[in-house]
Amino acid sequence: MNHSDFHVTRSSAATKAAAIIAILVMIVLIAAPWWAGRADMRLMGELFLYLALASLWNLMAGYAGLVSVGQQAYVGFGGYMLFALTMFGGMHPVAAIGVAGVLGAIIAIPVALLIFRLRGAYFAIGTWVIAEVFRLSFAQVSSLGGGSGSSLPVGIVRSLSESRSGRESLSYWLALGSAVIVIAAVYLFLRSRNGLALTAIRDNELAAGSLGIDIWRTKFIVYVVTAALTTMIGALIFLQKLRISPDAAFSVNDWTAFVIFIVVIGGIGTIEGPIIGTLIFFALRETLADLGTIYLMVLGVVAIVIMLKAPNGIWGLIRARFNLELFPLSFRVKQSNSSKGA
Amino acid sequence: MPDPILHISGLEAHYGDFQALYGVDLEVAEGEVLAIIGANGAGKTTLLRSISGLTQNDAAMVEYRGEGIGALRADEVAKRGVALVPEGRQLFPSLSVEENLIIGGQIGRKGPWSLEAVYKLFPILKERRAQQSTSLSGGQQQMVAIGRALMANPDLILFDEISLGLAPIIIKDIYAALPGIIGEGMSALIVEQDISKALSVSSRFYCLQEGRVSLNGPSATVAREDISRAYFGVE
Amino acid sequence: MEWVNAVVQGTLLGGLYALFAAGLSLIFGVMRLVNIAHGDMIVLGAYLGLSVTAILGIHPLMALIIVVPCMAVIGYVLQRSILNQTLGGDLLPPLLVTFGLSVILQNALLEIYTADPQKMNAGSLETASVSVGGLSLGVLPLLTFAIAVAVIAALQWTFYRTALGRAFRATSDNQEIAQLMGLNRRHIFGLAMALALGVTAIAGIMLGIRTSFDPSIGGGRLIFGFEAVIIGGLGNLWGTLAGGVILGVAQTVGAKIDPGWQLLAGHLVFLAILAVRPNGLFPRISG
Repeated sequence: MNHSDFHVTRSSAATKAAAIIAILVMIVLIAAPWWAGRADMRLMGELFLYLALASLWNLMAGYAGLVSVGQQAYVGFGGYMLFALTMFGGMHPVAAIGVAGVLGAIIAIPVALLIFRLRGAYFAIGTWVIAEVFRLSFAQVSSLGGGSGSSLPVGIVRSLSESRSGRESLSYWLALGSAVIVIAAVYLFLRSRNGLALTAIRDNELAAGSLGIDIWRTKFIVYVVTAALTTMIGALIFLQKLRISPDAAFSVNDWTAFVIFIVVIGGIGTIEGPIIGTLIFFALRETLADLGTIYLMVLGVVAIVIMLKAPNGIWGLIRARFNLELFPLSFRVKQSNSSKGA
Repeated sequence: MPDPILHISGLEAHYGDFQALYGVDLEVAEGEVLAIIGANGAGKTTLLRSISGLTQNDAAMVEYRGEGIGALRADEVAKRGVALVPEGRQLFPSLSVEENLIIGGQIGRKGPWSLEAVYKLFPILKERRAQQSTSLSGGQQQMVAIGRALMANPDLILFDEISLGLAPIIIKDIYAALPGIIGEGMSALIVEQDISKALSVSSRFYCLQEGRVSLNGPSATVAREDISRAYFGVE
Repeated sequence: MEWVNAVVQGTLLGGLYALFAAGLSLIFGVMRLVNIAHGDMIVLGAYLGLSVTAILGIHPLMALIIVVPCMAVIGYVLQRSILNQTLGGDLLPPLLVTFGLSVILQNALLEIYTADPQKMNAGSLETASVSVGGLSLGVLPLLTFAIAVAVIAALQWTFYRTALGRAFRATSDNQEIAQLMGLNRRHIFGLAMALALGVTAIAGIMLGIRTSFDPSIGGGRLIFGFEAVIIGGLGNLWGTLAGGVILGVAQTVGAKIDPGWQLLAGHLVFLAILAVRPNGLFPRISG
């Protein structure tokens, strides 16, 4: 047998089909302002923002082993930066979102230096303390409304677009774009050298360290990049809400609990997991949200059962059954069908 | 031969995807001292883990006093009178010497062994009773590990590589103490890399090679060349 | 004098925080589990106390006799049925499962007791005070502090002087070898959680007598307890008391500077100590 008949590749028929379907879906989604109703667009916009948050949390917890229950720190920080930069800095909201991301990265550096001293689960609670510090600090800023919060002035809202439908389309596209950018960024990051190091660390931290991978540095980069992107998503979220208060901006339920449930249910440690999880989460929410607290309890029970019985989530079950991967990350050995050989 | 206290038949044991034992058959008679010899990776430690319940298998593969115990947890096996002196001693670092001994006896089985009896066997431990177990020398730690197992007043005691990492003179002392320990009517299974030591204290031996019994027989009469063939697998 | 008063009141407040922290510290010490739902368990203790006092018409402190064993049973069952399944090398399952428990518990309390703030009525105990050296000290804070000291002394004694404590330490050291000693680690972990939630019940009732509470405050109590544990140094129970006192003093002194600064000052002192002494002020000393 001529061994040149074999080659190593990341792509498979499924990944190629997924790419084509993804492009078609993207075209349909970009065109949503021309076919979807106002309420549907709002819902989809929110869905994309959650998808982005979930993908980012998954990068940290599922790949870098950094389990944070304090990402609301950056969501809220982003929201407040949007308000501050537009109201006091006179910035255009879209520019403010970008600047907020940079500020998020800058503030994440000292935070990481501090809380990286905590190990494992204590790291998780440490992130929560940081979020509390952010919340209490912003509640002290009276020019941003203190504890009761403030609304985005009409003039700034108008600067996005004069017409209401124009604003709605723009904020929809921003949400869609952010989800696409985040997933693409996570995907490209995981394919990069840093990403490979991350996978090595996840599989065996000790061995990865002995191979010369700087674990601390790799995790630090992930933390700071995730913080920057989460800050931008936070700015976008509050550009849609138009109103901010410390309790809403730094809500552990809204920006962390739901995100964790999405990732756990969908499948932690996979790119596909957060996508599936977000779809399931919104399907459940739209059907059960009237039940209020019961709905949240059901969500908690589902997450616990999945964590105990199927720790790789729903995508894990699908993948194990069909050996499927939509994002070409792992290498496969393939036999060429070409009769000429290479 | 008297009734076997331990009867192992067709034991297959796995570590994840790796199979460590392939159909091992073995018997220990009441009051007998048996040696298990074999090279590194032959499956000796896995055999002891399977008997003591640290590795769980099919119930019927390990029979103790006629009861299938292969699927029981280690604490359930311990309560039936099986004690293990683990490889590398593995004392509890946050317990004092005396606490390490007491916790060995807390199963509450009746018998000749008590704190006083252990201190009589190893007087140095009485002097060091209040110290942290990690502050002792290797040999003294091995005494604690043996004492801890004895405190359970077991009917069957398993020794895993008790000479590993100890100075020859200390190994000599510990082996000198063994007859006094086992003489109390206990059955014993001794896993040892030092073949002559193992043969000198046992009445029969089993040699394991790559997870299978390659040779067994009386310790006193076995020929050296048979052992090295069974040990290394060279023809 | 006002500042001395703030420090003394903060010290007494620290007793309550040490009670929040003791259960957290205990289960981490025995099974390396960090229970994200710990704060909600404290709140559960407070609500159970509320129900017991309302149904039986007894004093909140008397309710301890019923609530402590109740919480202990809940702890044992919870550990055996769910939490034991999460223990292994992996960090995620215990963290995410207790996080899920936290959400379930919070919403269950919301469903049963509504979001209205509640408070337990301890009668004259709430207002009684004694005058010491010109300072007026509330009897309730003094009692809370005394209970905290007693609870920590009792835990310390249990850990280092009893067969149960020996089993806890042995299992914490090496689960496999402890199993060989006839200790079923699942049962031992169940007992540790029972003990931890018994202490948590005391914390919940002292909280519920002192201030009003609602189902949403669990997260904050978890954070206070956690900060006390880290400030004091992991695995050191008396250190946890010291950590609670430092946190309490930071909060009362912060509130003295500006009422809005109470909680923030506590968190900032915690972060400062984390920056300077990452292992806490009194890291575990053997013995």
